[in-house]
Amino acid sequence: MAVWSLLAVNSLSLGGLLFLLSAGFSLIFGLMRIPNLMHGSFFMLGAYLGASLLQRGYNFWFAALAASAAMVVIGGLVERLLLRRLAGQELAQVLLTLGLSFVIADLCLMIWTGDPIQPATPAQLGGGVRTLGMFFPIYRLAIIGIAVAIALGLWVLIDWTRLGAMIRAGVDDAPMARVMGIQVSRLFTAVFCIGAALAAFAGVMGSPFLSVYPGLDADMLPLALIVVILGGAGSLLGALVGSFIIGLLYNFGQAMFPDLAYVILFLPMVLVLILRPQGLLGRVQT
Amino acid sequence: MTVERRTILKAGLATAASVAMPTVLRAQAAPFRIGLLTVKTGPLAQGGIQMEQGLATFLKEKNNILAGRKVEVIVADTGGNPAGARTKAQEVVERDKVNIILGPLAAFELLALTDYVRQQQIPLISLAAAEDVTQRSTNPWVIRPSATSGQCSHVMGDYAAKEMKLKRVATICEDFAFGHEQVGAFLRVFEENGGKVVKKLWPPLNAPDFTPFIAQIGNVDGVFMGFAGSNPLKFLRAYADLGLKGQIPVTGGWTALDDALLKSFGDEAVGAMSATFYTSDHNTESNKRFVAAMAKDYDVIPGAYSAGMYIAGQCVEAAIAKLDGKTDDKQALMAALKGLSLTDTPRGAFSFDQNGNVVGDVFIRRCERQGGKLVNKTIKTYEKVSQFWTYDPAEFVKQPVYSRDYPPAKNLQ
Repeated sequence: MAVWSLLAVNSLSLGGLLFLLSAGFSLIFGLMRIPNLMHGSFFMLGAYLGASLLQRGYNFWFAALAASAAMVVIGGLVERLLLRRLAGQELAQVLLTLGLSFVIADLCLMIWTGDPIQPATPAQLGGGVRTLGMFFPIYRLAIIGIAVAIALGLWVLIDWTRLGAMIRAGVDDAPMARVMGIQVSRLFTAVFCIGAALAAFAGVMGSPFLSVYPGLDADMLPLALIVVILGGAGSLLGALVGSFIIGLLYNFGQAMFPDLAYVILFLPMVLVLILRPQGLLGRVQT
Repeated sequence: MTVERRTILKAGLATAASVAMPTVLRAQAAPFRIGLLTVKTGPLAQGGIQMEQGLATFLKEKNNILAGRKVEVIVADTGGNPAGARTKAQEVVERDKVNIILGPLAAFELLALTDYVRQQQIPLISLAAAEDVTQRSTNPWVIRPSATSGQCSHVMGDYAAKEMKLKRVATICEDFAFGHEQVGAFLRVFEENGGKVVKKLWPPLNAPDFTPFIAQIGNVDGVFMGFAGSNPLKFLRAYADLGLKGQIPVTGGWTALDDALLKSFGDEAVGAMSATFYTSDHNTESNKRFVAAMAKDYDVIPGAYSAGMYIAGQCVEAAIAKLDGKTDDKQALMAALKGLSLTDTPRGAFSFDQNGNVVGDVFIRRCERQGGKLVNKTIKTYEKVSQFWTYDPAEFVKQPVYSRDYPPAKNLQ
C-alpha cells in the first residue's frame, strides 16, 4: 500500500517536472514548427548555471530565476541570429539545433568538467512528510505545486492576454495571422525565449534529485518529445496531460514491469501516432 | 698535418662515442609510443578525463622518460561507444604506430576491440572490467591491473555476510554487463556465506529518477548498489530523501563511491560502505606523490580511473626496464608485462595471474565526514584478491559468466 501511494505521489512530481520541461517545447513546436533538439541542452545548461550560482552561495530561487533569465538571452540569440535564417526548412532546423546541442554539451564539459554536481535541496523545503504509511520528500511535493502554478500562469497568458491570443492565432494559422497584422516574427522570438527559460527553470528545479552531469541533455530530450507527441504539439493542456501520463507510466511501469520499462514508456506514443497523429489534445493542421 | 689531426680527432671522437654508445643509443632510439584510448566527450567523459589526468601525472613525474626511453602519448577520444573505440584503436595502431594501448574505459568498448588487438598483436593495459577478456576467452595481449567487474564485489559479499552480518539484501544496479557481473559476484559470495539476496533491481542506465526502484526495496537489512558515473549521486540522494539513509545500510562496488565522486556527494553518502581496488588514503610512497600531484595540478582527489592509468604507466615503465629498453619484440614486451610484480604503486603491491588479470589488495571503506570533508576511510584490507576470489580458476571458468540471471537467485521475494 505504502509503495503504491509513494509511486502515485512520485508520478505527479515527475510529471510536474516534465511539464516544466515540455511546455516550452510544445509551444515552440506548435507555433514555429521547429523540432527544437536543443531543448535538452537548455535544460542542462540551466541546471549547470543554477548549480554554479548555488555553489557560490546564492539563494535557490534566485539561482533558478537567474538561470532562466540567462536562457532567455541565449534562446533569443539563437532564434534571431540562426534559426530565423532557416524558416520553413525543417531538415536544416533539425540539423542546426542538433549541432548546437553537441556544441553546448562540449562547452559544458569544458566549463564544468565531467564531474557530476548535485546541489543541495533548498533548506526551507528539506525533510519529508510521513503520511499514509510512507515517507515523502517535501521538495518533490513542492515541484508539483510549482508546476501547477506555472501551468496556471501559462494558461492565463495564452488564453487571457493579447500576447496569448496572438500566439494562438499564430499556432492555428501563421500566414493568416500575419495578414491580420500580427508580427509573427516577434512572436516567434518571444515564444522561443519563454520555452528556453522554462527549460532552464526545470533544469534548476530538477537538479537536486537528477544531479547535473554530461549527458543530462540527451536523457531529458526524449522525454520532452514523448510528452509532446502524446499531448499534441502547441497545446498546453496537452503538455500537462502528457507529462502526468508519462510520470505515471514511468513510475508504475518501472515498478510493475521493470524489464519492459522503455516499452511501456514508448508504446503509448506509438499508439497515439497511429491512431491520433495530432496527439491527444492537438488540433489537426489544415 | 691538418688532415692528420682531423683524422685523429675523428677517431678520438668515435672512440669516445662508442664508449658512451649504450646510453646515447637508448636516449636516441625512437620514442616509445603509448596510445591512450579515453573518453573526452559525452556522458562517460567524467571518467575519461580522469584517466588522462592520471597518466599525465605519472609522465610528468617521470619527465616523459620511462626507464631511459623517451615516451610519446597519443590521446584518442573514443566518444564512449564501441564503434568509436574500435576505430580509434585502429587509428593509433596503424597510423600512429603505437607500441602499447592504455584503456579503454568501458567494458563494451573493450569487447569491441579485443579481437582487433589480438589480431594486431598489440599489448593493451585495460581499465575496463569485462570479465571474460581475462577469463573464458582470455586475450593473450591484454593485462588488467585494475579489476574485473566482480573482483571487488566478491569481497563486498564476503564482508557484508561475515562482518556486517547482513541477512537479507536487495541489489540495485544499472541494467548492463558491468552491473550484471558485479551483482552476480556479490550474490554468489554473499549467499554462500549465509545471506539471502531477496530482490534484484535493474534500472535502465539513464533512468531519470530512482524513486520507483527504491520504493520496491522493501523488507531488507542491507542494499548493494553497483552504480557508476553520476548515478550513485542520484541514487543516494533519493535514498536519503525517502528516509532510508541510516535505517538500511548501503554497500557498493568500486565505481559507486569512487574517491573522485566525494566532492560531488553531500551528507547522503555518509555511512555508505564500498569495496575498491584503489583508495586515495592508501599509504604507499607512490600514492602520496600521486595524490599530492593530482591535488596540485587538477585540484581533485584522485579516484580509481586516474589511479588506474597512473598504475598502467608504472607497468609500462617496469616492462621497459625489464627489457633494458628493447621493446621492439612485441612477444617479449607482452611477456614482460605479464610477469610484472610491482610493490610501490598507488594501490599497493600486485602481480598478474596466468590470464593477465591483477592479483592485489581490495579495500573495504566507510564514507565519513572528517573536518567538513567527506572521506572514504579504509576499515579492512583483503590481501591478494584474485579475479577468481577463493575459487579454483579451472572450476570458475567452467561456469557461465556472471549475468543478469547467473548465478540464479533462489531467494527472491
